[in-house]
Amino acid sequence: MTTLFDILGPRMVGPSSSHTAGACRLGYVAQAILGGMPDRAVVGLHGSFAMTGEGHGTRIAITGGLLGHTPDDERLRGAEREATEKGLEIEFSTVDLGDDAHPNSAVFEVVRGAERIAITGCSIGGGQIRVLEIDGFAVDLSGSLPTIVVVADDVPGTVARITGLIAERGLNVATVRVDRTGRGERALMTIETDEDVPVTVLEELAAQSWVHWIRNVHRLNA
Amino acid sequence: MIRSFAEWFEQAEAAGVSLAEFVERREVKETGVPREAIRKRIEDTLTVMRGAVAEGLAESATSPSGLTGGRSGRLAADGPRLLGDDFTTMLSRAIATLETNARMGLIMATPTAGAAGVVPAVLLTLAPLRGWSEERLVDAMLVAGGTGIIIADRASIAGAGGGCQAETGSAAAMASAAVTWLEGGDSQQVGTAVALTIQGMLGLICDPVAGLVEIPCAYRNASAAVNAVASAEMALAGLDFPIPVDQVVDVMGDVGTKMDVRFRETALGGLAATPAGQEIAAQAGMTELVQLQRKGRTKGEGSARFGPS
Repeated sequence: MTTLFDILGPRMVGPSSSHTAGACRLGYVAQAILGGMPDRAVVGLHGSFAMTGEGHGTRIAITGGLLGHTPDDERLRGAEREATEKGLEIEFSTVDLGDDAHPNSAVFEVVRGAERIAITGCSIGGGQIRVLEIDGFAVDLSGSLPTIVVVADDVPGTVARITGLIAERGLNVATVRVDRTGRGERALMTIETDEDVPVTVLEELAAQSWVHWIRNVHRLNA
Repeated sequence: MIRSFAEWFEQAEAAGVSLAEFVERREVKETGVPREAIRKRIEDTLTVMRGAVAEGLAESATSPSGLTGGRSGRLAADGPRLLGDDFTTMLSRAIATLETNARMGLIMATPTAGAAGVVPAVLLTLAPLRGWSEERLVDAMLVAGGTGIIIADRASIAGAGGGCQAETGSAAAMASAAVTWLEGGDSQQVGTAVALTIQGMLGLICDPVAGLVEIPCAYRNASAAVNAVASAEMALAGLDFPIPVDQVVDVMGDVGTKMDVRFRETALGGLAATPAGQEIAAQAGMTELVQLQRKGRTKGEGSARFGPS
């Protein structure tokens, strides 16, 4: 669904909503899912991202996103230097994700301490993005609503318990999406809510024995 | 959610609210953000738009590629005023925003960065001429926004999705809807303005030289602004268009998905692939792009998964 400020905006540093703002958002989401700025990132650019990204500052924008900057942050211009200063190591390459992949796609492998996550996403125009894969799980994350990402045991009642905990706090769940590695193994859930889920609720969820990991991705156009 | 212009017009009428108010209420309902905050954010949007125009007109330095920069100022200073001052002002403002954008300056991508010059050029130029208050401008932006939402969901607003018709075409449609509504046009006339705008831009390809959002984008923003005002003028005079606006938008979407991938922002066709275009790309160091341009084809040709899904 397209919202008003997807159209009247984004407020952004140029030159391209897909190749600069969308690229920045993909980097931003990657670090949000990782839980903070990575120490190291390997980023593969596919299609138009690889071919015309140079002139659009795509790499600079992704670097800024990985630093936690949003597309309207004028610090983006100096992101490469900032990354060097903060010790964020980034390696870019060209990848071929096949003909079915969106022309503006990127794959991320981000590392922070002992944490390592692989993310695939694309920039679909107007600065809007879709994250399509997290660690091999299929997702469809746009960031147009606050989203929590949870990896938990795939046992009966898991989804109900998580959404129940959220609903108990008076928060409205907009969408729930589940993908799993195999029956009875692990499931990755993306839960979009109307408002940000408070830290206390996230901590409560994280403390459950059947929850392996949980991340909070703030609404992107806020 | 608004799925079509017909639905927007019917539901607004049924609720007894204006088109602007309908969009505002929908946004409040779907995001939970209070009305005042939405209006404040639109005011901030207008401030960024004004800043981008001013910066583009004042700055004579070129973009990092050297392709654009200084043209808007030259037009404002040296244009012969064929249709008077205001026409020249509008064109120079459209180009100015794109010049700011190319310098990695702050802009409002309304609806995309590549088409960011159109809405501000039209609305900010007409506002003092037609005596629109800031409050009315905010309302006009809501109408522009509603228009863009429907086009984005029914067709595309991205060059990679549907060519330039989807980018500057959508921006021009948004601007012409806003002008027509502010000038007292009814829903029918707003729909006609959008239909007239889009029919005049159908099939326009996205062929950025060297893959950069600069040439022809800056000039296309200027011509899209002209198209927007022309369509509003005709719609407000009561001229009709026999194909309903939703069907015109669907045609744009259909043309976009059938458009060869070379003409959808890949810089592999059109002006980008001309001998002069290739030379500019080579000078900018885009060797891989030039190789592909020379081959005249690309990987991913025939791919179906483009555009907002």
